[in-house]
Amino acid sequence: MTPLAGCLLVSSMLFAIGLAGALTRRNTILVLVGIELMLNAANLNFVAFWRYGPHSGAPTGMIFVLFSIGVAAAEAAVGLALILAVYRHTKTTDLSQLTGRRP
Amino acid sequence: MRLMNAPFLILAVVTLVGACAATMLRGLVHCALALAIAFAGIGALYLNLGAQFLGLAQLLVYVGAIAVLIVFVILLTRGADSESLSPAARPVAGIVVATAIFAILAWAVIHSSSILSSGQPAPQTTIRQLGAALMEGYVLPLEVIGLMLTAALIGAVIVAMKENGQ
Amino acid sequence: MAPTVWIVRYLWLIPVLPLLAAGIGALLKQRRRGFAAAVAIAAIGLSFVLAMIAFAQLLLNPQRLFFNFPWVQFGFQWVKLGWMLDPLAAVMLVMVTFVALLIFVYSVAYMHHDENFTRFFCFLSLFAAAMLGVLIANSLLLLFMCWEVVGLTSYLLIGFWYERPAAAAAAKKAFITTRIGDLGLLLGMVWLYGQTGTLLFYDHGAGCMEQTALSALAGHVVGMAASTGIALLIFCGAVGKSGQLPLHVWLPDAMEGPTPVSALIHAATMVAAGVYLVARVYPLMSASPGGALQVVAWVGAATALFAALVAVTQDDIKRILAYSTVSQLGYMMIGLGVGSVAVGIFHLIAHAFFKALLFLGAGSVIHGCMGEQDIREMGGLRKWMPITFATYAVGMLALSGFPLFFSGFWSKDAILHAAYGWNISRVPFYLGSIGALLTAFYMTRQVCYVFFGRRRRDPAPEPIPPSEAAVSDPHDAAHESPAAMTVPLVLLGVMAVSLSFVGTPAWPWLQSFLEMRPASLDFKQLMEAGLPQLMVVSSLLVFAGLGLGWWIYGRRPIRHAADADALERMQPAVFRALHEGLYVDRLYALTIQRLAWFIAIASNWLERWIWGGLPWAVSAVTKGIGWIDFSLDRWVVNKGFDEGCNGVADGGRLLARLQDGRIQHYLRWVGAAVAALALFLLLGHRG
Repeated sequence: MTPLAGCLLVSSMLFAIGLAGALTRRNTILVLVGIELMLNAANLNFVAFWRYGPHSGAPTGMIFVLFSIGVAAAEAAVGLALILAVYRHTKTTDLSQLTGRRP
Repeated sequence: MRLMNAPFLILAVVTLVGACAATMLRGLVHCALALAIAFAGIGALYLNLGAQFLGLAQLLVYVGAIAVLIVFVILLTRGADSESLSPAARPVAGIVVATAIFAILAWAVIHSSSILSSGQPAPQTTIRQLGAALMEGYVLPLEVIGLMLTAALIGAVIVAMKENGQ
Repeated sequence: MAPTVWIVRYLWLIPVLPLLAAGIGALLKQRRRGFAAAVAIAAIGLSFVLAMIAFAQLLLNPQRLFFNFPWVQFGFQWVKLGWMLDPLAAVMLVMVTFVALLIFVYSVAYMHHDENFTRFFCFLSLFAAAMLGVLIANSLLLLFMCWEVVGLTSYLLIGFWYERPAAAAAAKKAFITTRIGDLGLLLGMVWLYGQTGTLLFYDHGAGCMEQTALSALAGHVVGMAASTGIALLIFCGAVGKSGQLPLHVWLPDAMEGPTPVSALIHAATMVAAGVYLVARVYPLMSASPGGALQVVAWVGAATALFAALVAVTQDDIKRILAYSTVSQLGYMMIGLGVGSVAVGIFHLIAHAFFKALLFLGAGSVIHGCMGEQDIREMGGLRKWMPITFATYAVGMLALSGFPLFFSGFWSKDAILHAAYGWNISRVPFYLGSIGALLTAFYMTRQVCYVFFGRRRRDPAPEPIPPSEAAVSDPHDAAHESPAAMTVPLVLLGVMAVSLSFVGTPAWPWLQSFLEMRPASLDFKQLMEAGLPQLMVVSSLLVFAGLGLGWWIYGRRPIRHAADADALERMQPAVFRALHEGLYVDRLYALTIQRLAWFIAIASNWLERWIWGGLPWAVSAVTKGIGWIDFSLDRWVVNKGFDEGCNGVADGGRLLARLQDGRIQHYLRWVGAAVAALALFLLLGHRG
């Protein structure tokens, strides 16, 4: 098992865990948590390839991850703001009640 | 297993455990804290892999900002449901999908592990090189991400702002 | 050829004027009675004036004038029509228009209370037009057409009070019975046309009554000579219209019509049309070697006696006169058969006047008795209705043939004289003589019942039957009729007497005029062979009849209406049989009516099930196909469509479950899709 493969496995596992969390939890915040985990798994993937991949030396992987972190931050801020706004409107963060269907 | 050194293993386990905890714990705050641990673990992994700047950036941004933000929001939305919510009605489907994806990915990785080379020396990317790359090659994305962050900032503020009469 | 005489050219006006009056009358409202009556009377009056002019023209210059014109074309042949004026036609025209005029005036008063006054005058005018058309027709076809209209108007007028079932039935009976006769006439006409190629009577030698045609007919033999066959068939028409023996049954029932109708149609004019027809085709009849005239004479004789016998036993004032008419028509036929046209027509003219007089007088009696028609209910009316009594007596004596002063004597005498001299048989003479006796007898009976004796009616007013209420005045006592009714009576009485003087053998003016010979006043002709003896014999018969009638009925008039007739007491069975008209009606009902009834039922069955069954079957098939279409549409097409739509709806509902608004479900699907895609890519890449 090469180190690369090991890293990739770890990131896959992380991704799967994040996906499971996003799919199964009812609270919107926890869905966001899952999404963050998935993003982090992808970042880990990039870094692993940067370290062990064929084109080592070019900072492409790092740059990508840098930007990804920035984007994730922005996205988390906006998403949480949205959750706050929805909570103010509907007094709940339960996804099963926030279906958007008229009752 | 000889190529996977022990720190990597430990850090990986910590991260994964933190992630599991983040998605499976009942208490929301516990989840948020576990998430922070997971983020920290990932930062450590970056450091392990030789991406110093990234690791520290990860710690700063994710652990320091995002996890804290999540805790803030959890606390702000505690009023309605103090208890953590139980999983969705049928969690099986989600787990099955996630498992399937993991299986496929793992299978892909294992299958192609022979192709993947390793054992190369770690690339030495200094901050100077990073900065030069940002300013020269990637200046456009840099500017764009600056705009985007501004927009996100303003947008988040507006979205979460209390409206009149509310 | 256009005739030089203008009256002949305009002869068609005589029937057309009443036709116009009928047309105007048909368009008038029922309220405009005065106008309707005035139009009708004016039209017939003008026709009378024209008829007098035509008569005067012929007096100066007796000849036969005619005017023919082509009518329709069959291939190469033309059917021609035409009218004619000869002494026979002129005399008949004058008689018909004069009697019609008097009766129109009479009807103004008689029908005064009837609400259908206008319709009555319309029909009367139409009848007058048709009858006058019969008289002037020079073509058998034109005569037939007018003959049919005469029959139609007779139907309309007999059934004038159509709400009464008896009147409606009588009208129907009249029409159908005369129709049977008309069938014979039509067949004769067709045969004649086939043999001679023309239906014009006189056409400068080409007409069917002229010599060339007649010899052709006499020569052509089909079992019997064609002329005999045709003559007999034409005589059938006369039998129907003039009520001779087998087809007489309609005349007594026709008394259901108003009395002016009975006077005009069934005494003076329409029934005379049959006699006129025989006179018109007399050249044909006399030319037939088989003896068509013999048949005419025998039928006439039988009818004369039969009807006189039945008339003795009748109780209705009008039915007595109806049977009397049948009897007198029989006499006319005898006259035509054994003698000549002049003999028969003289009696026809005389009979027209005094029979119309008698009918109008009967109408006056009915009017005065508020609708009562049964003679047993009347009595002693000569005190209350003197003018009516006087004129009625004149008419009665004329009919009986009272000697010397009354036209009936001379005309009947002429007939008996000719019958006596008939070389075939003397039987018609004997039958006619017995009939003369009976005629005097039953008329005396009638007069005694009605005018003499004590008043049998209950002075208190009885409830009047609704039909008669239209006729009678709402007065209590029997009273004399108004002037509009009595003046025509007087005029007719005068004619009945004065006509006698134009027909006596001493001055046989009428006969000579008809035969276009000069007449001379010669009393020596009275002494002709056998004539004085005959005059004595017939006078004796008349006196015997009058005396017998007086002895039985006049001396001891019955006291109450319910009392039996004197003769009935003597011979109840015979009386009853004669009263029922020797059961001829019953015989017809059992045989011919039954037959017609069965044929009608069979035709109805055929029509309903066989001829009607075919369209019914077609419609049933069409309905079946329609039902199949409908079922297909309902169960296959609609159901299928509904199921399809349901399927689509269910599918939609199923798919809608994908969009349930739950984000995690969407995410789940995306994840599954990604997994699948990755799998495909990897597998593909591997392969």
